Amino acid sequence: MPLTSLIIFLPLLGALAVMALPGKNAVRWAALLATSATFALSLLLYFGFDPAADPGSPQFADLLAWMPDRADIKYHVGVDGLSLLLVMLTTLLGPIVVLASWNYIHRYEKGYYALLLILQTGVTGVFTSYDLLLFYVFFELTLIPMFFIIGIWGGERRIYAAVKFVVYTLAGSLLMLVALLYLGFTAGDAVNGGVFTSDWYKLIAYDVPAADQTWMFFLFALAFAIKVPLFPLHTWLPDAHVEAPTGGSVVLAGVLLKMGTYGLVRFCLPLFPEAAQRYSVLFAILAVIGIIYGALISRVQTDAKKLVAYSSVSHLGFVVLGIFAFTQEALQGAMIQMVNHGLSTGALFLLVGMLYERRHTRLMSDYGGIAAVAPVLTFFMVLSVLASAGLPGLNGFVGEFLILLGSFKSVVLGRPLLVALATLGVILAAVYLLWMLYRVFFGPIRHEANRTLADMSAREIGLMIPLAVFMIWLGFAPNAFLQKSDRAAAFILETVQQKASVASSAAPTAEAPLR
Amino acid sequence: MDLTHAYDSLGADLLTVLSMALATGAGLIIIVWDAFRRNAPGIPWLAAAALAGGVVWEALHLSAAPGTAFFGMVRTGGFAAFVNLIILTATLLTVVLSEPYFRRIRHEFAEVYALLLFAAAGMMLLGTANNLVSIFVGLETMSISLYILAGLVRESQGGPESALKYFLLGAFSTGFFLYGIALLYGATGTMYLPDMAAGLVATGSTALFWAGAGLLLIGFLFKVSAVPFHMWTPDVYQGAPTTITGFMSTASKGSAFSSLILVLYYAFPLERWGLMLAVVAVVTMVVGNVIALVQTNVKRMLAYSSIAHAGYVLVGLAAGTPEGYAGALIYLLVYSVMNIGAFGVIAMLEWDGQEGSAQTLESLAGVGYRRPLLGVLMGMFMFSLTGFPPLAGFFGKVAVFAPAIDAGLSWLVVVGVLASAVSAGYYLRILWTFWMRPAPEGAAASQGPPPPAPGLAAGALVLCAVLLLVLGLLPGLYELTGSYFPALAPVAAAIP
Repeated sequence: MPLTSLIIFLPLLGALAVMALPGKNAVRWAALLATSATFALSLLLYFGFDPAADPGSPQFADLLAWMPDRADIKYHVGVDGLSLLLVMLTTLLGPIVVLASWNYIHRYEKGYYALLLILQTGVTGVFTSYDLLLFYVFFELTLIPMFFIIGIWGGERRIYAAVKFVVYTLAGSLLMLVALLYLGFTAGDAVNGGVFTSDWYKLIAYDVPAADQTWMFFLFALAFAIKVPLFPLHTWLPDAHVEAPTGGSVVLAGVLLKMGTYGLVRFCLPLFPEAAQRYSVLFAILAVIGIIYGALISRVQTDAKKLVAYSSVSHLGFVVLGIFAFTQEALQGAMIQMVNHGLSTGALFLLVGMLYERRHTRLMSDYGGIAAVAPVLTFFMVLSVLASAGLPGLNGFVGEFLILLGSFKSVVLGRPLLVALATLGVILAAVYLLWMLYRVFFGPIRHEANRTLADMSAREIGLMIPLAVFMIWLGFAPNAFLQKSDRAAAFILETVQQKASVASSAAPTAEAPLR
Repeated sequence: MDLTHAYDSLGADLLTVLSMALATGAGLIIIVWDAFRRNAPGIPWLAAAALAGGVVWEALHLSAAPGTAFFGMVRTGGFAAFVNLIILTATLLTVVLSEPYFRRIRHEFAEVYALLLFAAAGMMLLGTANNLVSIFVGLETMSISLYILAGLVRESQGGPESALKYFLLGAFSTGFFLYGIALLYGATGTMYLPDMAAGLVATGSTALFWAGAGLLLIGFLFKVSAVPFHMWTPDVYQGAPTTITGFMSTASKGSAFSSLILVLYYAFPLERWGLMLAVVAVVTMVVGNVIALVQTNVKRMLAYSSIAHAGYVLVGLAAGTPEGYAGALIYLLVYSVMNIGAFGVIAMLEWDGQEGSAQTLESLAGVGYRRPLLGVLMGMFMFSLTGFPPLAGFFGKVAVFAPAIDAGLSWLVVVGVLASAVSAGYYLRILWTFWMRPAPEGAAASQGPPPPAPGLAAGALVLCAVLLLVLGLLPGLYELTGSYFPALAPVAAAIP
């Protein structure tokens, strides 16, 4: 059974079904069914995955050559340690997002759920592609549904936010396309007998000449840095997050941003190892600025959703720092932190969305004392806030700890002071998140409307439980999850090491990449 | 040229240009038919049948061996079949979309279809010409038909202006063309494209040759509306009937480009022209896309967009490799499908006389919810024009950009992709007008339900959308176009 392809395209089939079905209820249930079935299938993937297998080829691979004589471009999908957990995160969030949109979306449901399902196909495809051009196709495909989800079902400034989101990302990814095509041709000449190739395994076996590495690295990294988003390219994010409907925000924060960090790990490190190491300090500095800056901006927000949005800038700064540390711990931490951020920030957006559904305001000053009237909602909020702030015993701690540990040790970075500054971000996260918690949930009830605020419904509790379970599970027993990405992370670092050492021994006069 | 046995080969030659003959014959029949029964309702369908026959015929000959017919005046074989297929498909779609459109605006003249067929015949001659004379004859046949079609709706404000502008500037550019042809003949002593290099070596009049080549290229750049020879395009496209605009922007551009490809491939050494074409491509892409950003009239916006798309095709030509020419052909096919689709949607929106008839973005606000089918189709056409995968527009762009990168023109492609990012600004603007803005006050209430779109025309648009989903993924398309350009003959080396 072509399991990976089924997981990618089942949501697309669901989208077609949704388009064909009449009535609001049928549409919602069909969307829920399609996403749940996809999640069930992905469990087969998770339990069938062999973490000890050779990372030199993907597992559950499906391969279909496109035009082998003219260009080595293939439909090549599968999973390895880098992608497995992100695929699982995507399929897990699928049904949760459908449930979260159940009553929130009350116009043009058909289009909304169809677009949501197409979006899931795109994201899953991004995480499972082993061909650069195929990756690019899925990467761009995600923009189309997101444009409409923000632009049609979003808030007041939705058109501005949607267009900004698309144009920003498009500019970055089109430049990446130029580098991608150039890489395909030069690698084709060098290792593939003159035939264009975009096969990931062939490309990482090819040593990109030092002269080309820098500009290609920057074009790739620019596309991914916009997506992450890395300071100072983050300005599209608050607009898109705040204007998007809850479901859109959850997908955006949960998985779409991970496409950027995932791209950095999968492509920028192994394809351009020397350039990546040479400019690692630059990226680490930008990441740390993002961590601190995102946290400080979060602290002064009055809008709860905006606060959570800026917290993403801060949290993903940690992931980028971990990626550019070039140590096993930090890279593992970055991988697990991507999942953690998806879980806890996804949960925060869901909870803020629930508050908005009840009171139609996101201003923190309109709340206060909610704990007394909605204890269940408060419980989930406290849990998510603590997970997000990195409390030991919850998931956020594991990732941040590994990243900081690995970055301190990092020979490539060699800037303990910088990492110490990043540690400050953990404290700041606690400050702004607890401040939000205090303002919204504790203290006296200041507004009469809040006295009758309904607590969470069974549907809402149901959709939060899986997230809560994973936040605790990942916090207490991270090894089961870390073990999945262990070999793959080591494989990436080995590739980097090997290529960098070949380059430095070949050209001893060149500036040593390892400083 | 020995003409003693001309009649012997005529029959066989006629078969190789069957679709040209079909189009011309059907056009003549329509004129006679119309003389006896004014505007007979069967006339458009006769035109459609002739064109459909041509489409099938050319599709069967896509991989035919290259050759020439009529004493080397036109090329035949796979390349010619591919170009003719683009032209015939575009014309067929235009006929199907025009029939209800002209009925709606009460201009259902039978001459429209005769002129469309004559224009198509001229385009096919131009697109497959192997001789400077057949280039000129094809060009004029096409242009004169189009001048009349542009001014068809005499009552409309822009119609006569459009026709007159097109005619005056077209005549002006014809002068360049003709002068260029004359000088080239003087320099080389031949009208046949493949013989020019040898002829030039024999005569040695290089200065004359370059002057002629320059003038001829200016004529071509005018016809494909490349900057700075684009000034006529927005006014003509805006004033012409919408389905005819779609026709002009695709079929005539396609045939002019394929003729240019033949000229560059067979007659002119590309390393002398590559940089010039690259510079024109840059200016065309930048100017077209940036000016399109500020347009408020949809047809005018799409006119500037079609200028920008000429720039993308020029990127493939500037690469100057067989892959570059093949990519340009693919781009022309894909572009024809998506642009006819876009103009088709606008044409269908003009029908009920309220929304869309003003052709402004304002008047189209929220139209997606009243006309969901047209809205979704427009979404696909716009995303394809922007170059989003998995639609064919993306694969077309890769087909022209990749050879340019391979030829060392990465800087040109960087400009190209940045220009496409800019283009997202106005393509998305059409979409957000369609789907994200509320309909103007009271519009929906006063209009009642929109008139249903005629089935066949809607079917043609759906066909365009389906083609956009599959075209780019067909590996055969790349194999086929690649086979039309065997390794370049060293024309350049022979020319001093």
